[in-house]
Amino acid sequence: MPFTLDLPVFFAFIIAFAIYAYVVMDGFDLGIGILFPMIPAGRERDSAMNSIAPVWDGNETWLVLGGGGLLAAFPLAYGVIFSALYAPIITMLLALVFRGVAFEFRWRDPAHRAYWDVAFNLGSVVATLAQGITLGALLQGIAVQDRGYAGGWFDWLTPFSLLVGVSLVFGYGLLGATWLIMKSEGSLQERCYRLAFRLGIAVILAMAAVSAWTPFLRDAYWLRWFAWPQVLFTAQVPLLVVIASATFFVSLRRQHHYTPFLMTLALFTLGLAGLGISLYPYVVPPVISIWDAAAPHVSLMFMLPGVLVMVPIILAYTAYSYWVFRGKTGHEGYH
Amino acid sequence: MFEAFDAIVLARAQFAFTVSFHFIFPSFSIGLASYLAVLEGLWLWTGRQIYLDLFKYWLKIFALAFGMGVVSGIVMAYQFGTNWAAFSDKAGPVIGPLMAYEVLTAFFLEAGFLGVMLFGMNRVGRTLHFVATLAVAVGTFISAFWILSANSWMQTPAGFAMNAGGQFVPVDWLAVIFNPSFPYRLVHTVFGAYLTTALVVGAVGAWHLLRAKSDKGGANDGARVMFSMAMGMITVVAPLQIFAGDQHGLNTLEHQPVKVMAMEGHFHSYPDGAPLILFGWPDAAAAKTLYAVEIPKASSLILKHSLDAPLKGLDSVDRKEWPPVAIVFWAFRIMVGMGMLMLALAAFSLLARVKHRLYDWPLLHRFALAMGPAGFVAVIAGWVTTEVGRQPYTVHGLLRTADSASRLDAPAVAASLLAFIVVYFIVFGAGVFYILKLMSHPPHRGELGPNRGEPVRAAGITPSPAVAEKIATGGEA
Ligand code: HDD
Ligand code: HEM
Ligand code: HEM
Repeated sequence: MPFTLDLPVFFAFIIAFAIYAYVVMDGFDLGIGILFPMIPAGRERDSAMNSIAPVWDGNETWLVLGGGGLLAAFPLAYGVIFSALYAPIITMLLALVFRGVAFEFRWRDPAHRAYWDVAFNLGSVVATLAQGITLGALLQGIAVQDRGYAGGWFDWLTPFSLLVGVSLVFGYGLLGATWLIMKSEGSLQERCYRLAFRLGIAVILAMAAVSAWTPFLRDAYWLRWFAWPQVLFTAQVPLLVVIASATFFVSLRRQHHYTPFLMTLALFTLGLAGLGISLYPYVVPPVISIWDAAAPHVSLMFMLPGVLVMVPIILAYTAYSYWVFRGKTGHEGYH
Repeated sequence: MFEAFDAIVLARAQFAFTVSFHFIFPSFSIGLASYLAVLEGLWLWTGRQIYLDLFKYWLKIFALAFGMGVVSGIVMAYQFGTNWAAFSDKAGPVIGPLMAYEVLTAFFLEAGFLGVMLFGMNRVGRTLHFVATLAVAVGTFISAFWILSANSWMQTPAGFAMNAGGQFVPVDWLAVIFNPSFPYRLVHTVFGAYLTTALVVGAVGAWHLLRAKSDKGGANDGARVMFSMAMGMITVVAPLQIFAGDQHGLNTLEHQPVKVMAMEGHFHSYPDGAPLILFGWPDAAAAKTLYAVEIPKASSLILKHSLDAPLKGLDSVDRKEWPPVAIVFWAFRIMVGMGMLMLALAAFSLLARVKHRLYDWPLLHRFALAMGPAGFVAVIAGWVTTEVGRQPYTVHGLLRTADSASRLDAPAVAASLLAFIVVYFIVFGAGVFYILKLMSHPPHRGELGPNRGEPVRAAGITPSPAVAEKIATGGEA
């Protein structure tokens, strides 16, 4: 029997990967925006900003790949999801506009730097909240009829989606704090150790709350997590979360530079794995599966070589640009 | 029913507003990226400080323009889903992969090397830095390639079949990508971007030449070099652009004749030679162009290369197929008018060059200064011609705009449109202000880049090569 690649599954993984890459990379730079009020203006802020200035654009490109990839590979899902979540998506886009330009404007206009810093902070918080709400609303399910969204304008607004939104704010904040631990020294670094400790606790509580709630959203999720024998596999996720959290707190106490960030990444990876376990094989729960939404075979075939060739190249030069700007940043920086 | 109609009009207004705003930045940054690559190349080649100064001068402006292009572009990538869900579902299998290739081959390339280009000069050394600049410039071009292919496919669809679900299914990818209007649109748009940039660079040069005159400080070398380069570019590209536009129009006549009828304001068919209407007021309700100033038979000459060739008018098709005639008619005239003014500037500057008066002819400098924004005006007018002329379809002849929209609620779209207008005017207004502020300073010797000239510390695990070299030689990197 010849080996056949199930293309919709392959592309579902590619898009999940793009979203993951986006979440961890833009996550730390959104996180720095979230922490801005806790970082004093002047040297510390400048060096926080310098640590992300050369990479933020590349980070946001993963968001474009996630959205563009969804349009290309799962056009039905793209239309349904984004029209159902119209308000949070538009809000996220506008917030990203604000924080994106603040990167440049704050350097060009010292007289109004305080305003652009506020724009950067609010933009980051609102964009993160909107992303979390989007995710929560998706998990809780979207009403569909005749290949179109069939719900109301405020279906996305529920206690669960708000909880996911707030959790993501803590999560990105933690990514930001641990990134800065890695990239800074002196007073900024000390401040970030303290912030990371408190945020770490918040994140773990939030993860517990979201995980406890999810199986009750739909029976299907419950079965995915607790049916025998899957439970042998799914039970690994919370176990690993416990190990990663413990390592995280120990490394904070010992003032490691890299481990806190790496352990935060591990927590995010596990969170995404958990999400995957709940959702698969649906892109728009509860009715549209990845096979229902997939673009015709010819469209997916056409993209296959592009993805196989380009994604490794992209990862290579992304790594290169991180390498060029490696090490501690310093407040005078390269901006 | 009535409400649905309202929501669609609002969704169109929102798309038109956000995409026009977006395109202002690419039309400048595509050209500027190439100009920066040329400047840096010249610097490496000749070793003359002046090119490096100009490079750093424009690099700061590029950083701002590019950032605004990126954030307004991200909005576009999501608007197809929020506002045009039905279109995404049906046309997604064709245009989605084209846009995905744009992300994979262009956006990551631009974004990946942008950081090195802006902040990395001292970290990677000259050659690698030049590679980064080239990568960004090539990236903007690849981006134009894919997005224009997608847009052209909507104008002149080819290489597809329809499936039972009403989706467009690609059959022949080469025919999809190189659809009939794509080559023309690519050439015309890229030339448009080059002209736009050259006009801005020329205007900045002209401004500083004029100011230097009144300051009696003598003209600034940087201002001279940029003015001369910009005028040279315009002299070459403006005529080419007009030629390309003419060819583009002939191609459109073949594939979208109704659009050309609207552009020409031809409500009637002319069996023996159609006049060229220079100005007038197209009145769609009365189906005639009022107050027309026309040249007899000239339109047939341009479009058919024969004075007496018959030309069909809008009366030959159902009214339901008409685009909004007045908008198309006027947008087209604005673009062509700008093209003619650019040609005039090209001729004037050529004359000045021949007479060796390029740097001391204030009238020329004033003209060049006034033409600074002309490229933006022409480019937006051109897009309005193209897109409004495609109405009432999103995929020409096949998918109506009314059947493309999401199930929208007028108040929600109105609220988001308002939010876009407010945010864009604040944010991009501030950005344009900062760009103008940067331009108001003349370039000077030892120009600082976006890194504000402060020392870059080699604080990595190992110092990067350029810095090591700097330390070793004690010289300037
Ligand atoms: C002819 C060229 C052209 C045209 C017609 C468009 N764009 Fe654009 N776009 C560019 C040329 C460009 C560019 C030159 O490549 C930009 C400008 C600044 C930048 O970063 O890249 C860009 C940026 C840009 C970005 C941000 C990329 C990043 O994250 O780096 C997105 C998502 C889009 N665009 C999407 C669109 C969409 C959905 C369009 C149509 C509706 C569109 N663009 C029209
Ligand atoms: C940057 C260049 C572009 C500009 C300035 C532009 C301009 C416009 C304008 C003015 C409209 C409104 C027309 C009307 O409502 O009467 C419009 C509509 C639209 N355009 Fe474009 N466009 C551009 C690129 C694109 C591209 C590349 C695509 C597709 C890949 C595209 C797809 C659409 C769609 C789907 C609509 C909405 C339906 C409609 O009202 O026609 N546009 N555009
Ligand atoms: C004076 C001579 C010109 C002529 C005869 C001309 C002709 C045309 C035509 C016929 C179209 C519409 C094609 C279609 O919708 O199918 C168009 C579109 C356009 N024009 Fe021009 N044009 C001229 C000058 C310019 C100039 C000077 C610029 C910019 C600097 C420009 C920028 C554009 C752009 C951006 C578009 C939309 C994209 C496209 O369809 O190519 N044009 N032009």
